[in-house]
Amino acid sequence: MNQVTGTPTIKRGMAQMQKGGVIMDVINAEQAKIAEQAGAVAVMALERVPSDIRAMGGVARMADPTIIEQVMNAVTIPVMAKARIGHIVEARILESMGVDYIDESEVLTPADEQYHLLKDEFTVPFVCGCRDLGEALRRIGEGASMLRTKGEPGTGNIVEAVRHMRKVNEQIRQITTKSKDELMTFAKEISAPYELVLQIKQLGKLPVVNFAAGGVATPADAALMMQLGADGVFVGSGIFKSQNPEKFAKAIVQATCYFDDYPRLAELSKGLGDAMKGIEISTLVPSERMQERGW
Amino acid sequence: MAYQLESNHIKQIGILNLQGAVSEHITMLNHMGNIHVSLVQHPQQLATLDGLIIPGGESTTISRLIKQNGLLTPIQQFAQQGKGILGTCAGLVLCGKATTHSEVELLNLMDICVERNGFGRQINSFETQLDIPNIGQHIPAVFIRAPYIAKAGENVQQLAFVDQHCIMAQQNNILVCAFHPELTNDNCIMQYFVDLC
Repeated sequence: MNQVTGTPTIKRGMAQMQKGGVIMDVINAEQAKIAEQAGAVAVMALERVPSDIRAMGGVARMADPTIIEQVMNAVTIPVMAKARIGHIVEARILESMGVDYIDESEVLTPADEQYHLLKDEFTVPFVCGCRDLGEALRRIGEGASMLRTKGEPGTGNIVEAVRHMRKVNEQIRQITTKSKDELMTFAKEISAPYELVLQIKQLGKLPVVNFAAGGVATPADAALMMQLGADGVFVGSGIFKSQNPEKFAKAIVQATCYFDDYPRLAELSKGLGDAMKGIEISTLVPSERMQERGW
Repeated sequence: MAYQLESNHIKQIGILNLQGAVSEHITMLNHMGNIHVSLVQHPQQLATLDGLIIPGGESTTISRLIKQNGLLTPIQQFAQQGKGILGTCAGLVLCGKATTHSEVELLNLMDICVERNGFGRQINSFETQLDIPNIGQHIPAVFIRAPYIAKAGENVQQLAFVDQHCIMAQQNNILVCAFHPELTNDNCIMQYFVDLC
């Protein structure tokens, strides 16, 4: 019978299969294998993890396709890769390589300061960052099939991830308690497409999966984000910048699954060694805050 | 009296809640009525169940969590008692006895060998409709990085095919499909499973 590819059900469904899981940043095949062994649901192939991008400065771009290919050949779990915001060609290159998901990411230097990708036009699904519901719904309006709250990448500091997850969920609750005649004005206030605001009113939740990202450094951080309503977590620098990546990776996978089992969380947090060092957010000047990128 | 008769027929269905599309199964089962749905993260939660669903997700991840958390033997015993098991996508992989990639430790509940990601990567994922004898016609089916059954033993009933690959099968109380009924509004496959339990 007739087979159709690239439908919203297929693109969003792929993210639904990732729920309750951990997506890990990796920079080579060896790290990808460690992530897969530890139980990652997917890996994000990139040239440098966010904390190194931060440290090195300069323009951060899509990874060398060689790295992405090596990662794709090394593991059987899905492979994601990052394209710059608005960079149509980087995204098309990644799609042509058969990458399973593209992250249109503020971790890379934006290619377009006004427009994001029209993600509806692609067969490959996209994940995008958000700090509030307006940003989340604009990205869905463009065709994002999955969201992640942005946090502040490469800091190992969970505070921004918490702020963004709380904000998105608070605004969803606001919509559910508003009467229908208040929704157009609310849509205007948060700069969101009206139809998607109506859909939230009807569903009581986002129409796509929403992970937490940007600052997860410990099993407890991952469990915290799950308790705040994340569908899963992205861990960027938190694993391979820790003292013992294998242990951290495995413990964060367990913590994401058993996020409200405190004796178990205590057990699996023992003796992991040092987490990544981390950065206090107030020491970052606004131009160093990756979360500000995106429109 | 009528009330009691009905309550006797409430099926207890659990969903393995380690990773994957769990809430989608809950929603579908809740719509069907006469089913009590619960989540399974610990071996003791299997005790009262008539059936267990192993949902779609990442088979490598779910297999590690099954093993690390002492669920491997309890699930195998649950199946040996003749209780119903439904495996969708990753769940199908896990029910098998062998797979093309060794990263996954299988439950070995069914005499099938599985080709993981048999239809390719995400860009090759597809939707179609299936006609399945004794279950229904034009059933919507969503295949996401789906596996297929490359080899099946004599006691396995092969129920449906796509491109000559077997994508749904049954061995007594174990039912597996490579696609995701829980991502559609059609509950006929779920009903077929609940009737098995």
